[in-house]
Amino acid sequence: MGFGTYLRNIKDAALTIADGMAVTFSHLVRRPYTVQYPDRLPDGVRVQDTLPFRYRGILEVDLEICTACLACERACPIDCIVIDAEKDKAAGGLVMTRFDIDLAKCMYCGLCSEPCPTGAIHHTPEFEGADYSLESMVRRFVKAPVVAYKPKKGGETDPEIAPILERGMRYVEEFASPDAPAGK
Amino acid sequence: MQELVDGLIRSGLAPAALPAWVHYLVAMLVFGGIVVFVFILPIAGITTWVERRVAGRIQSRIGPNRTGPAGFLQWLADGIKSLLKEDIVPVAADAPLFKLAPYVVMTGFVGAFVAIPFGGPLIIADLNVGILYVTAVTALVVVGILMAGWSSNNKWSLLGGIRSAAQIVSYEIPAGLSIFPIVMLSGALSMQSIIQAQGWEPWRWNLFHNPFVFVAFFIFFVAALAEGNRTPFDLPEAESELVMGFATEYSGMRNLLFFMAEWGNLYVIGAIVTTLFLGGWQIPWALPDHPVVRTVLQFACFFLKSYFWVFVAIWLRWTLPRIRVDQMMIMCWKYLVPIAFVNLLGTAVWMVAFPAGLPAAQMALFLLGVALLGVFAWRVTYHLRRAGLTRAELSFNPLSTARIPW
Repeated sequence: MGFGTYLRNIKDAALTIADGMAVTFSHLVRRPYTVQYPDRLPDGVRVQDTLPFRYRGILEVDLEICTACLACERACPIDCIVIDAEKDKAAGGLVMTRFDIDLAKCMYCGLCSEPCPTGAIHHTPEFEGADYSLESMVRRFVKAPVVAYKPKKGGETDPEIAPILERGMRYVEEFASPDAPAGK
Repeated sequence: MQELVDGLIRSGLAPAALPAWVHYLVAMLVFGGIVVFVFILPIAGITTWVERRVAGRIQSRIGPNRTGPAGFLQWLADGIKSLLKEDIVPVAADAPLFKLAPYVVMTGFVGAFVAIPFGGPLIIADLNVGILYVTAVTALVVVGILMAGWSSNNKWSLLGGIRSAAQIVSYEIPAGLSIFPIVMLSGALSMQSIIQAQGWEPWRWNLFHNPFVFVAFFIFFVAALAEGNRTPFDLPEAESELVMGFATEYSGMRNLLFFMAEWGNLYVIGAIVTTLFLGGWQIPWALPDHPVVRTVLQFACFFLKSYFWVFVAIWLRWTLPRIRVDQMMIMCWKYLVPIAFVNLLGTAVWMVAFPAGLPAAQMALFLLGVALLGVFAWRVTYHLRRAGLTRAELSFNPLSTARIPW
């Protein structure tokens, strides 16, 4: 190491440390970004409404548009989704008797919402999942046996289901697809 | 101190029947207790709060703000929590050494306050070997740390202890070599004499006496940070490699003592830097002449100067990453030590060349310092401008918890 390098090292050390300290000092006079949850929010603002796009909160299922394809159950890496569906000729298709998501196990990876063909299973911005027992953290979506949704040719016509499906498809496109633009 | 006790004996307030040394002993214990519990422990505690607030703002967070106004009482809550926690001694540990180690560290740290001035006549003992005593007694910390590292019987602790020993012993040298020029300039080791040899005007501080002392100041500050195990030199307790280094096995109160010594040491560093380089408690003579008012002003002056360097150490910690062991040693032996020697010789030559000092050089160095600060301020505003912030995104209130607007 020559004397020139030696001096340059000293100069570099002094200048970079000083500039680094200028950067951190400039942060000292900026306002913090912290959202003080839950009691310091402006009136009428819920934290859930301020969360960034693609926030992965508690899972929810729209049974009206669930096709019982079991893609989400297969995709789940920790098996927190359990679906029971049987063929029932009389009812005209698959009948779901069970759709449970164990939130105590769920790690909010989002892998279940990606293969869903209709966007029935999706993340919500809700995150307040605390509860008093593990048992009550299992969300049971099927209250009574329900016939699985069958996509119709030429688009959905039922006025009750159509908006739900439309929202589900938008979710799949914007949120669950890896190619979607990361913004609104 | 002694005059005060003699006065008490003469005025009959202290029972004269007892021998004088009993009075001195009691007075020393009482005064030491007052200083420890009223000044040192709160300073160490409050510094933890300051550190967390500053760290928060640097990282665009808020920091503790729930316990008391602006989270100020957080340090008390943490202290009480630590006191009430279980004191665990590992089965495989060397129990007597393990239990003793925190007290040795604490002694090394509190002992420094004996010779550190607080302002004006306020000093526990103006030892005639003051600065030598301070460097010697703070080196006691390394014994405690090595003790803790060895007795924990844990590889992380041992590595931390050995790293700390290597680091503190190495950095004693540049620190000591940077103190020598000051001792030469003031012709005394006593802290009070060093302060009295300077003036209250910044250009009469030792810092600006000559270019060599100016450089020695930075070397001393860096070496003192390394001796205090502060980031970027916190290798002995590097969380990412050694969990918590020498303090890994400690819990509750003993752990607290280590951390109290660490944060309290920041103030010690600040006070030594202020004493040696920044004119200590010197205030303008034009200020009111009442002894109590003057002492309070001198105390405030010294405290603010010292605490500014505590802030700088915290600020530096949240700016720089931790350096590697070999880099730390290279920095000490290849850079700081040779330059410190040059400073020592340079100051000696300067003193021979200009026995009465060189006021023009002092003024020039002072102006250089002001210019450097100006360039620094310009860099800060440059980074703010480059971030493209609006006025609403800035907040100059250090205690502000207001978020950026919705």
